[in-house]
Amino acid sequence: MKKAKSISRAKYGYLFILPFFVTYFIFSLIPLLDTIRYSFYEYYRSGLRIVGPSFVGFDNYINVMGKDFFTYMGNTFILWIIGFVPQIVIALLLASWFVDVRLKIRCEQFFKVVIYLPNLIMASAFAMLFFTLFSTSGPVNNILTGLGLVKGPIDFMGTPVGTRLLIALMNFLMWFGNTTIMLMAAIMGISPDIFEAASIDGCTPRQSFFHITLPLIRPILTYTLITSLIGGLQMFDVPQILTNGQGNPNRTSYTLIMWLNNLLRAPDYGRAGALSVYLFIVSGILCLVVYKMVNGQDNDAKAEKKAAKKRMKAAKGGKN
Amino acid sequence: MKKRVVSLMLCLSMVAGLTACGGDAAGNNSGAADASADSSYVAAGEEGKVINIYCWNDEFRTRVEAVYDKVDHTSDDGTITYLTDGTEIHWTVNPNQDGVYQSKLDEGLLNQATAADDDKIDMFLSETDYVVKYTDAAADVAIPLTDLGIDPETDLADQYDFTKTVASDANGVQRGSTWQACPCLFVYRRDIAQDAFGTDDPDEIHAKVADWATMKASGEELKAKGYYTLAGYADTFRAYGNSISAPWVEEGSTEINVDPQIINWINDSKDWLDAGLLDKNIKGQWTDDWNKAMGSESNVFGFLLPAWGIDFVLNPNWDGEAGAWAVTDGPQAFNWGGSFVHGCVGTDNAEHVKEIMLAVTANKDNLMKITKDYLDFTNTQSGMKEIAEDESFGAEFLGGENPFKYFQPAAASIQMTTLSPYDQGCVELIQSSFSDYFQGQVDFETAKANFEKAIMERYPDITAVNWPE
Repeated sequence: MKKAKSISRAKYGYLFILPFFVTYFIFSLIPLLDTIRYSFYEYYRSGLRIVGPSFVGFDNYINVMGKDFFTYMGNTFILWIIGFVPQIVIALLLASWFVDVRLKIRCEQFFKVVIYLPNLIMASAFAMLFFTLFSTSGPVNNILTGLGLVKGPIDFMGTPVGTRLLIALMNFLMWFGNTTIMLMAAIMGISPDIFEAASIDGCTPRQSFFHITLPLIRPILTYTLITSLIGGLQMFDVPQILTNGQGNPNRTSYTLIMWLNNLLRAPDYGRAGALSVYLFIVSGILCLVVYKMVNGQDNDAKAEKKAAKKRMKAAKGGKN
Repeated sequence: MKKRVVSLMLCLSMVAGLTACGGDAAGNNSGAADASADSSYVAAGEEGKVINIYCWNDEFRTRVEAVYDKVDHTSDDGTITYLTDGTEIHWTVNPNQDGVYQSKLDEGLLNQATAADDDKIDMFLSETDYVVKYTDAAADVAIPLTDLGIDPETDLADQYDFTKTVASDANGVQRGSTWQACPCLFVYRRDIAQDAFGTDDPDEIHAKVADWATMKASGEELKAKGYYTLAGYADTFRAYGNSISAPWVEEGSTEINVDPQIINWINDSKDWLDAGLLDKNIKGQWTDDWNKAMGSESNVFGFLLPAWGIDFVLNPNWDGEAGAWAVTDGPQAFNWGGSFVHGCVGTDNAEHVKEIMLAVTANKDNLMKITKDYLDFTNTQSGMKEIAEDESFGAEFLGGENPFKYFQPAAASIQMTTLSPYDQGCVELIQSSFSDYFQGQVDFETAKANFEKAIMERYPDITAVNWPE
């Protein structure tokens, strides 16, 4: 009896999760380590001639870490921020409208599908579409000149602002539906009792949004922020296609991953590896910062509540 | 809490793994050179059933279909051509722009030694911009013609000499062959010529565009009528870029030398654009805007195009009636493009490769057929002379004009001695970097710096860029 009891079924568990770890090991971990290894080597192809690999220490890291690195990082963040801010604002607004029982929005399901649709298009196809739409001889310019709103065609992609705004617009269109649906799920997870209680207490919709909804969906907001940040850091396909890989004009829409892609096309494994390692470190730091920030706030809030309680008690005590 | 951090880090490292997905290509550096360890380039034994041909558009396919007598039919999607002897030609097409074709071809060539017979590349094409990279004796990826059983002295005697020189390695061993030569002419719209100058006669129009200064002066007349002389600054690039006095990169050097001609192009382009002779909205070639500039709605007077450009670019984009265009000599004679055919080291279809190469690039009757059907300027000196003197020949697209009257003498002046393996990158990137300068987005110095950055990304072995004083 005793022996039978001690049968462990844990090994089946390990067996079931084995495929993931094997795949991860082969397709992610080994290339990852290889990338780090080759970042210390001079190793590239010039035409049909292979140079290296020969160990060069930190040469690649020094070569990559120049003024340009920060310029491209700046570009990447600008492109991400101007896409992300409207995305989160609109998504929050839509999510709270859709979920609000008092608004009784009809065809909610239909709208959900519609706002999610842009996400189904491949980013590169979407960029191609925008490239054609907004080209100087494209439909947008035709309509504008046809309506007599502008004299000559507007060169949308000829200025840094125009190009950046187009990229931000595309990222916004592609991702706001996804964020909306995620936030809706988060808001629906809040107990309706709280909203009911609040409205009985005379809470306005604005108040209940800022004081109930927002604080309670903070974990999901954090998640959105982190995933979007990682996605933003890896922004590639939209600017790549829209600017033909050069980030023009004047490389103002040239992102870090576009740089990586250009390095890999030669291919220059050494410098690309060094850049990848930098990106790895940057995204690691960013994630920790965001994570700490949000958790820290959580603790602050708890501490504040405690302090408030204490104060209240103290005040009560004082009165007595 | 700790678990979440760990899982976060795990996710992160996976993401980083994806970011770094290029790294795993390392290690396949076995190289194509192994294949050539044999003294003979051509594998003995039976011919394979699949001929793999790498190219960047369907131009070569249509030429093969037109003249290779073993062609039975091609699949509807254009990827496989069936031959009457049961062999199949598989076409691998990658776009030429941005070096995409070259990097795909290079990958294929580096894997050539280990690929299965039917996956081996049997033939590939190269363009003038990078033909020297593939005919290089050290790279040794293109089979010398003599090893295929083609004797350049006799079989290709009628070809233009410069095409044979270009397709030869430093030791003078010819490793490729082409069916075309690409002198460029000025192709212009007859209706615009009538409107602006009151005539569409090629000789009178030539007088208007005889040299760059004259052409600029005529441009002012065109501008007064609301026309652009040429589509964009990219359209004059080849005229300057192919008359450079030294290669972009000298043999054995790792420094790029920007030729004074390129600076002339930059200065003249800026001048022309600011004067309103070029369309500011057309920022390059092969773009939608450029294609539309060839349509009937466009205000662009003309283009500087080689023969393939008229057939392969202008004709498909022209939506008006045939006969609206005419050709004449441009301000400068120059060469643009040219596709070379190479047999690939390691092929298991040497006999077919030889047949196709001879059929498409050496047989005079076939070349004349290509010329008559596609208006291409083919690589037969005697044939081109005959057709240039043939009063009865006229191209419908050019309103009955015989373009070879102009192409044939232009071909005689072509020199192509300043090629380097780095040309495509230099040509593409100098244009895109200086486009910002022309458009007024950056100053001259910034454009120079941007070119240096871009070229060193494209070619990791380039160490410096030297600008003329």
